[in-house]
Amino acid sequence: MRALTWHGRHDVRVDTVPDPEIVNPRDAIIKVTSTAICGSDLHLYDGYIPTMRAGDILGHENMGEVVEVGSKSTLKVGQRVVIPFTISCGSCFHCSKQQYSACDNSNPATTSDMSETLYGYPMGGAFGYAHLTGGYAGGQAEYLRVPYSDVGPVVIPDGLEDDQVLFLSDILPTGWMGAVNAEIEQGDTVAVWGCGPVGLFAIQSAFQLGAHRVIAIDHYPRRLQLAKQMGAEILDFREVDVRDALFEMTGGIGPDACIECVGMETHGLGIDNLADHAKVWLKLGTDRPAAFRQAILSCRKGGRVSVPGVYGGMMDKFPIGAFMEKGLTMKTGQTHVQKYTRQLLEMIQEGKLDTTWFISHHASLEDGPDMYRHWHDEQDSYTKIVLKPGLAKGEVKAKQEKQHEPA
Amino acid sequence: MAPFMLNDEDDERNGSVERALIGAAAVAATAGLAYLVARTLGGGGGDKAPISDAPPSALRRGYKPSDALVSRTVTIARPARELYDFWRRFENLAGFMDNVKSVETLDDKRSRWTIAAPGGTEIQFVSRITEDQPGRVIAWESEEDAPVRNSGRVEFLDAAPGRGTMVRATVDYDPPFGTLGRGVAKLLQREPNVQARRDLRRFKQLMETGEITSSASPSGRRSEEPTRQYL
Ligand SMILES: NC(=O)c1ccc[n+]([C@@H]2O[C@H](COP(=O)([O-])OP(=O)(O)OC[C@H]3O[C@@H](n4cnc5c(N)ncnc54)[C@H](O)[C@@H]3O)[C@@H](O)[C@H]2O)c1
Ligand SMILES: [Zn+2]
Ligand SMILES: [Zn+2]
Repeated sequence: MRALTWHGRHDVRVDTVPDPEIVNPRDAIIKVTSTAICGSDLHLYDGYIPTMRAGDILGHENMGEVVEVGSKSTLKVGQRVVIPFTISCGSCFHCSKQQYSACDNSNPATTSDMSETLYGYPMGGAFGYAHLTGGYAGGQAEYLRVPYSDVGPVVIPDGLEDDQVLFLSDILPTGWMGAVNAEIEQGDTVAVWGCGPVGLFAIQSAFQLGAHRVIAIDHYPRRLQLAKQMGAEILDFREVDVRDALFEMTGGIGPDACIECVGMETHGLGIDNLADHAKVWLKLGTDRPAAFRQAILSCRKGGRVSVPGVYGGMMDKFPIGAFMEKGLTMKTGQTHVQKYTRQLLEMIQEGKLDTTWFISHHASLEDGPDMYRHWHDEQDSYTKIVLKPGLAKGEVKAKQEKQHEPA
Repeated sequence: MAPFMLNDEDDERNGSVERALIGAAAVAATAGLAYLVARTLGGGGGDKAPISDAPPSALRRGYKPSDALVSRTVTIARPARELYDFWRRFENLAGFMDNVKSVETLDDKRSRWTIAAPGGTEIQFVSRITEDQPGRVIAWESEEDAPVRNSGRVEFLDAAPGRGTMVRATVDYDPPFGTLGRGVAKLLQREPNVQARRDLRRFKQLMETGEITSSASPSGRRSEEPTRQYL
């Protein structure tokens, strides 16, 4: 089959690779119909994640049609399914508490050594995201092996387009959990850092969960415009001092909740000599978590800070004084995708969530390497790229920006 | 297609790695875990008496009873009796212990273990049960003429209500001929703590999910097959 493979920093290629096969009884194989490029993929593209191996297949936002099932899969050939990026067994302690991204069994016994060394306990498995999370092939390919297929995949009812449901795989639940973790109350003002897909979904989710106002922060005009379409007030951090602006806009109280959807590129995910890496990364980490610090410093007394943005290593200059003295609460984590998919699918069906308006491009797998370059270099105009293995090379469609109609 | 892939890095074994584990009979096996050689638990080593409520293997040097002591605890969301029963059929251990090729039951106390050693060779020894409390404890010891003396015990402890069982496997080993390091490396092909950690993770996966997790999948690496685990 054809697949997008990672070969090093800024080196993504289309390759012919073997087809996946059923390995375990609970597996299924899907024929991929849509697979998106994520902000998290930029961290891989930029080479910040050292547990990548040359030849790894990328892609964790996947959906498709079931073409083969193992003896214990509950899926049926022909079903259309969206695949959560988190691989979860459904039967360990963490899965039983719906902490799916913390699954204790989905990272193979060998690869889970890495994150146990780094974080104290092994991370759960994930598709197409380096060997720290298991080394599973991603779905930016024609076919994908889905382990524990009786737990993750969301069967899609007829009548829904791929674009409407694809983001159930990651960024929609991620934005939603970001807002849930912000524990929004009636009347709240919520500040959202980053207007990438995750931030845009966090804005929509915050309104759904009762926010009175949302203030969105970024520096790309097009992305800020999309945030405005969702009903947010916007701040371009090149134009304003964000803390001053938030203070004034909230009448000197500050945002009740802050959602940090930026993340830090400088992941500290060393596979070798972890301790040494940690020191190196620590240094790199100092100037990157600017939005994270700003969120803590801006948040009102007794407020909540929610962090869907991805971090990997250590940071210094954590504003622990502000965090403690203001009595803040912080929640974070890789998204427990399976916990939210059913509810979010219903909201899509009821028209409560608009999931397609910020998709800027559809392209073929063959054009994948170019799309990675655009996603990296032209974030303002490439707001979300969906790859479709069914499209022919060169068949890139820039989507007309849709005017958002509030539900 | 084989229902399971063991995570295995040793070429020699990978050909035969596909093994159906659940339920039925893979052939018997010695513990990778078990394969640490041996002295009785608690023997030798530390001279200071610890006050901590931690198992001996977690103690620092000077407090630890023996430097050759390896132990790991894992919580498994299944009843103690079920886990004990699975383990007590030693044949099953080859299914999740990396370097155990087979275990053959000789009588109600003794079993013959075949271990994969580096270079495609095998080592065999006979192991004798020294303690057996159904649902609680199994302890064993290699017989006198074993190439590497080892003893071990696996305890099945109730976790908090509703949380299953804490399985604690402990192995103590005795250097075969010459240095400890050499003997252990020969046997395990891997650092003993790493071996124990991975074997117990596979045991947990098998008991909780019915299969051994594998990330075997295609890649752009020409030499690799999509049905094998490489890292
Ligand atoms: N927790 C999870 O499970 C999960 C899942 C998906 C993505 N993520 C992470 O969420 C983050 C965002 O993902 P995305 O796909 O939206 O990425 P993205 O790169 O498209 O968006 C990030 C946005 O943040 C903006 N930004 C950068 N610095 C800023 C600053 N100082 N203040 C305000 N905005 C700033 C950028 O301009 C960009 O628009 C990434 O770190 C990604 O890895 C986490
Ligand atoms: Zn993603
Ligand atoms: Zn689990």
